[in-house]
Amino acid sequence: MATSTPTRDAYASPPREPQKEPPSERRQLWRSRLWRFDDKASPYAYIAPFFLVFGAFGLYPLLYTGWIALHRVEMTGLDTMEWVGWENFDKILHDPEFWTSVSNTFLIGVISTVPQLLVALGLAHLLNYRLRASTFWRTIILTPYATSVASAALVFALVFRADGGLLNWTLGLVGFDPVNWANGHWTSKLAISIIVIWRWTGYNALIYLAAMQAVPNDLYEAASLDGASRWQQFLKVTIPSLRPTILFTIVISTIGSMQLFGEPLLLEGGAMGATGGNENQYETLSIYLYNYGWNLGHLGPAAAVAWAMLALLLLIAGVNWLIGRYVRTSDSAV
Amino acid sequence: MRITRSVAGRRRRTAIVATTGLTVTALLLTGCGGSSDSGSKGADADGNITLTVADFGQFGYKEAGLFEKYHELNPKITVKEDTTAEEKNYYPKLLQQLNSGSGLADVQGIEVGRIKEIVDTKADSFADLSKVIDVDEWVSWKAKQATAPSGAMIGAGTDIGPMSLCYNRELFEKAGLPTDRTEVAKRTAGGWEDFLALGEEYKKKAPKGTYFMDSASAMFNAVVSSSPEQYYDASGKPVYKESASVKKGWDLAAEAASKKLTQGLAQFEDQWQAALRKSTVATVVCPAWMAGQISTYAGDANKGKWDITSAPGATAANWGGSFLAVPKSGKNVDEAAKLVKWLTAPEQQAAVFKAIGVFPSNQGAYELPDVKTATLPYFNNAPIGQIYADGAKSIPEAVLGPKDGVIKDSISTQINNMEQRGTKPDAAWDVAVRTIDKAIG
Repeated sequence: MATSTPTRDAYASPPREPQKEPPSERRQLWRSRLWRFDDKASPYAYIAPFFLVFGAFGLYPLLYTGWIALHRVEMTGLDTMEWVGWENFDKILHDPEFWTSVSNTFLIGVISTVPQLLVALGLAHLLNYRLRASTFWRTIILTPYATSVASAALVFALVFRADGGLLNWTLGLVGFDPVNWANGHWTSKLAISIIVIWRWTGYNALIYLAAMQAVPNDLYEAASLDGASRWQQFLKVTIPSLRPTILFTIVISTIGSMQLFGEPLLLEGGAMGATGGNENQYETLSIYLYNYGWNLGHLGPAAAVAWAMLALLLLIAGVNWLIGRYVRTSDSAV
Repeated sequence: MRITRSVAGRRRRTAIVATTGLTVTALLLTGCGGSSDSGSKGADADGNITLTVADFGQFGYKEAGLFEKYHELNPKITVKEDTTAEEKNYYPKLLQQLNSGSGLADVQGIEVGRIKEIVDTKADSFADLSKVIDVDEWVSWKAKQATAPSGAMIGAGTDIGPMSLCYNRELFEKAGLPTDRTEVAKRTAGGWEDFLALGEEYKKKAPKGTYFMDSASAMFNAVVSSSPEQYYDASGKPVYKESASVKKGWDLAAEAASKKLTQGLAQFEDQWQAALRKSTVATVVCPAWMAGQISTYAGDANKGKWDITSAPGATAANWGGSFLAVPKSGKNVDEAAKLVKWLTAPEQQAAVFKAIGVFPSNQGAYELPDVKTATLPYFNNAPIGQIYADGAKSIPEAVLGPKDGVIKDSISTQINNMEQRGTKPDAAWDVAVRTIDKAIG
């Protein structure tokens, strides 16, 4: 039998009992089809929930926002939409306040992200040493991240208050004049950056720490055998091994600073917060969007701002990708 | 390297999933919040119902103990108040709730700067109160403001804001100005120009760290409020650029800013409250409802130091005043309308006036002793009943527009910039125009 029909038998399951009649060929075929279908399709079923949720709560709002951006829609009459084409984009691109908020967003982004990641790297390096109660320290470092934006911003609003604020009080002890933090162009941005740095440094430090622990110990041993100091080890072993992680945190932080909303809104709160200060000195893109849509009630331009933000993010992602490619190629060259 | 990268990748994916999870949870939670809200509205087995009142700033019902009293009169009805501090935060929320038809309270407060927009666009969402309350009881222009073209009255007037001037007697005395309210009134009888002249006199001998005015934008509002033509003309066209009252108010504000007569505070914000607490401002332009704000923020320590006199100039002005409206979507529309009728009846408006000095819009209240002979102990027993009632009936009927509130806020912000940053008036006006045109858009 084996010699006469080898190909046919290779597909059939071994007979459990003496065959009275051969299993019907059609049933065999059906079963294997089902098996193959299951093999191919079920992974999609497993990942489907995410994509369904993403479609409903991510993709649909995104596309619908684009649709709104091409219409005239008022907060006072959501049911009436009037087609206006590119007018809303035209409107925001000719609004000096839009460009103010773009530059504010980038400035705040830079002065919060750069120190934040540097400090996180340092902290991660320290936490990577053998420590007593290391879990305790690692948990502590994550607590600011666990606080809600609202409560953190409110506490810092008290710290930065021009009148009776904690910081001005401390400055007063040292003999400095009180500073109206929220009112100044640079001081307000600095204040917001400090809130951001406070909240996110620990989060990034833990990501770095995780990456550091994946660096093989042999590298350090080899380096110390070669007489490299701790600092040299950090520069020549840790940092290069962390490059992709650092790139990742930069991407995440860029997205985060692009969406900066709660901190500036609550720095002064009330009417000032909603317009990013009386001269829009700390108005970010999200605040601009919020003010346009929710205070002025024009949802069309607000939606256009949302899409402009998406475009900016894609632009940044593109630049990041180019840098990432450069980093990888220079890495392999080393 | 490779290990790290895949760790990072997994993290990213976890982050996305976690974010989605959080979003879904948040949505579910808010959904739940909404449904449990509406669940508590309907009557329970014993016929007990809870009515919710959403308002902003200070309506004075709590201070006057009116909700408890209503519960005593109607044991089956409990009233809960949900107050948003700033109207600017309250109104967008109200619009969103009206659009979605959920989250609305049984009774919603509406500010006068918004009533035109609500009447124009959302009249259908509110119950017609003219069937429940007697429209003729109100000062004529107040009732008209809340009446839709169809004749439906969508809001019952709570207070109006006849203008006066609040001043700090202690600071006036230190600066060598008269402290008697009739004397002060005489010095400013010629109008706001006289008021600024008094300010310059104050500045010469002013105690260190104090200012004559809290904010020039308040003066701007007072000037505009005394004119029948404000930001819109009768046909509904925005005319704020040409409006005589806006120009006059702006010029006076610019003058006050250039002469540094004001502390340049944004009204109602933290620093403004602190200024009242520390008595660094000598005068506050005082529509009737402002007295309540001053006594709240200046606190008990300053009781008796303040006084009230008639506003500069002869024209009676009205600044502010709100309405109570009943959304149709509520489960207890009839009971809510009854509550509104009761809250805005003469006796209750008089009680609120007695408690916090918010002046009634219901004419019936003017004859009640609580109003007619009212004095405010906090303000050196100023005879506010007399001061406000004189003006109330002669206030001109102003033309309202849908974006009055936003226009007022935008101009106030720029006046604030002139005061605090020394922005040149022309430059500030250009920014104001740009902001307003964007808002009217």
